[in-house]
Amino acid sequence: MTSSVIAFSAVAKSFGPVMALGGVDFVVEAGECVGLVGHNGAGKSTLMHVVAGTLRADSGRCVVAGHDVLDYSVALAHKLGVRCVFQELSLCPNLTVAENTRLSHSSLSGWGSLRRADSIIAGKLDEIFPGHGIKGTDVVGDLSIGRRQMVEVARAFTQSLDPIRLVILDEPTSSLDARASAQLLAYVRRAVANQISCILISHLLNEVLESTDRIVVMRDGKVALCDPTTAFDREKLVAAMVGLPKERGNAERARRHGDVPLRVTVRDGRGISNRDLLARAGEIIGLSGLAAHGQSQLLVRIFEAADRRDPEVEVTAAVAVVAGDRQTDGVFPLWSVLENISVRSLSALTSNLLISQRKQSEVGEAWRKRLSIRTPDMNNSILSLSGGNQQKALFARALASDAKIILMDDPMRGVDIATKLEVYDIIRDEAAKGRTFLWYTTEIEELENCDRVYVLRNGEIVAALDHDDINEHSVIRSSFEEAA
Amino acid sequence: MSNVFAVKQARSFAPLPTLLRKSLPFVSLALMLMAIGWLNPRAISYMGFNLMLNLAIPVALATIAQMFVITVNELDLSTGFFISFIASVSVTMLNDTPLLGAVVIAGSILVYAAIGALIHLRNLPSIVVTLGMAFVWQGLALMVLPQPGGKAPAWLQALMGCHVPFVPFPIIAAAVIAIVLHFTLMKTSYGAVLRGIGGNQSAVARAGWSVLRAKVLAFMLAGVFGVMAAFTLVGISTAADAGIGAGYTLLAIAGVILGGGEFMGGRVSPTGAVAGALTLTLASASLLSFMRIPTDWQSGANGAILIIVLALRAAIGRRAS
Repeated sequence: MTSSVIAFSAVAKSFGPVMALGGVDFVVEAGECVGLVGHNGAGKSTLMHVVAGTLRADSGRCVVAGHDVLDYSVALAHKLGVRCVFQELSLCPNLTVAENTRLSHSSLSGWGSLRRADSIIAGKLDEIFPGHGIKGTDVVGDLSIGRRQMVEVARAFTQSLDPIRLVILDEPTSSLDARASAQLLAYVRRAVANQISCILISHLLNEVLESTDRIVVMRDGKVALCDPTTAFDREKLVAAMVGLPKERGNAERARRHGDVPLRVTVRDGRGISNRDLLARAGEIIGLSGLAAHGQSQLLVRIFEAADRRDPEVEVTAAVAVVAGDRQTDGVFPLWSVLENISVRSLSALTSNLLISQRKQSEVGEAWRKRLSIRTPDMNNSILSLSGGNQQKALFARALASDAKIILMDDPMRGVDIATKLEVYDIIRDEAAKGRTFLWYTTEIEELENCDRVYVLRNGEIVAALDHDDINEHSVIRSSFEEAA
Repeated sequence: MSNVFAVKQARSFAPLPTLLRKSLPFVSLALMLMAIGWLNPRAISYMGFNLMLNLAIPVALATIAQMFVITVNELDLSTGFFISFIASVSVTMLNDTPLLGAVVIAGSILVYAAIGALIHLRNLPSIVVTLGMAFVWQGLALMVLPQPGGKAPAWLQALMGCHVPFVPFPIIAAAVIAIVLHFTLMKTSYGAVLRGIGGNQSAVARAGWSVLRAKVLAFMLAGVFGVMAAFTLVGISTAADAGIGAGYTLLAIAGVILGGGEFMGGRVSPTGAVAGALTLTLASASLLSFMRIPTDWQSGANGAILIIVLALRAAIGRRAS
């Protein structure tokens, strides 16, 4: 077929003994948006790396844009019009937006090329994210993570010499707020109408259901199901992915307290009492609002107030953090899984000034079982785990500690739904035992696990929603109130 | 509504600290000159600058050599001994048998390139490899020039002895080095690739560039500028000894950092690095002697100046974030 941008048949790829792809047939037609969903570890990322040319398949036939490619590489992929927005941001933080754009266009060179790169990226940003507020001369490292993602996405759609046939979007909205996500998905539909194909990988199933023409479900390195999007609904998609029944909802959460002790108090700077943040023992408190409106900073402030006096913040118990940005704030990449888990509890694991190997592995083993971290050996490097399992290890680090207050900074970013459901249960369990959770999340569905949600705007609490009032409508309304 | 939001989301990013941080190397240099002028007004003259800044050219070139390596997130601990070796070759082979000398020098630049390739391909820590190479270069320098002496080629002496009317030669040389490198590293596509490797190596690789080629090039340029540093050094001193460049390793690193560069992340500034090199030269050679600080204490005082400037930069950086 000549109209196919990608036609893979029986593509296989193994990493040592681990089979990542076991004979996958995968086709993308011109002008089609394909949704790719599956567990973390189902093989989506590997398949996309093969499509993008960053990994080479062990066997199988790869046809890209009508060319039977044997010696496929990133450079050839570029030439044939395949672009990729990877899940981990791939911009150079020390370069400007325009310089980063020029990096991906080798045809942009010579005098004035920086200015051309600047105008290309600025034009594309305006087209996709009107009102983005990014300049070509901004250094990427100074931008918020949401804006970096905008740049990354816009850069993939910029064109200089080589054509654009296919853009792979791997979790493109994970750091975008609701408005920017909507802008992006609308742009994807426009691009598809112009015969550019897209592959959309997202854990937000409604995005996949609303924006794609066809959905490919992967499981255990194989294509489990492939049908037009119209044949799917949420239930069916989740069932195809994990075989788990939908189990969630607003139901339980009969709220206790009364004389339960207060764990965290953040008083409003201007003394408006209904804008105070209160968290009691056993509560799960959500922080919401548009992305990057001071939620993470609030968590940091609470964390610091645990050992340093802050007149407006009162913290009455030990604190532990679950980081969302695993690469920068979370894992120690050179350490084993076990060391990564036990680092928060070293003083409790010490006997005679030395770390007790026995106690350490007992704790590790207990949490490996409790969170079902999938690794044959806790002494393996943390990087041998898939993203979802690394995140579980970070949860284990916090939960294994003596902390009564757990701060979570959007910890489920890019984590598969099965892992999420498992972790939600553990959080509820631990809360029932008296731990307090403060949970910043960009996904409104997750807020349904909370007893109370505070909505932040520009670093200030603008609304407090009780459990029964938490829904998409109320959260969005409070996030946008002033601007609307 | 969209515009309202764009404004609201805009992080209040103060440009003032950024400006301060970028201008700090030049402010330090100006302060240094003012201090010297205050202590000894006669030094601020055509002749004074020629004398004070004579050694600044080799230091600036060594700093640039180091800067290329730091750009790609590596560190070169062999700069000084490499300069010693090249200086030793220049006053012996290059003077006696120019062809052989040229071949040896070209070969040693290729060795530098090979070290870059080795570090990248085997994923070795550059500190270890270049520390080892430092001893190799030192040994070779002693083999070539066992006793101090030799004679610098006449053309090198002539080059460094050249006098330009009105503006002292070292200032012109420093300005040329700074401007040329500012354009090559900060304004060209390939300069962005080199700095990009310092910032996010895998991103550059994914964009289709060869990281190996870039690292080899960075190390090769470090070799080329090391050679130029050695040439200018023997041009000034007319003779050499096998330890002539020993202090240059740390001077070069200090120059890059003083000039606003950082060890990791590809954040470097060629103009800042040259200013840093000038500041260091002035501090060690002139300011401290004018202040009548005994030579025993000069290294320590030099270090103190470095610490003060870096502390200032850290303070500005903290204010910015």
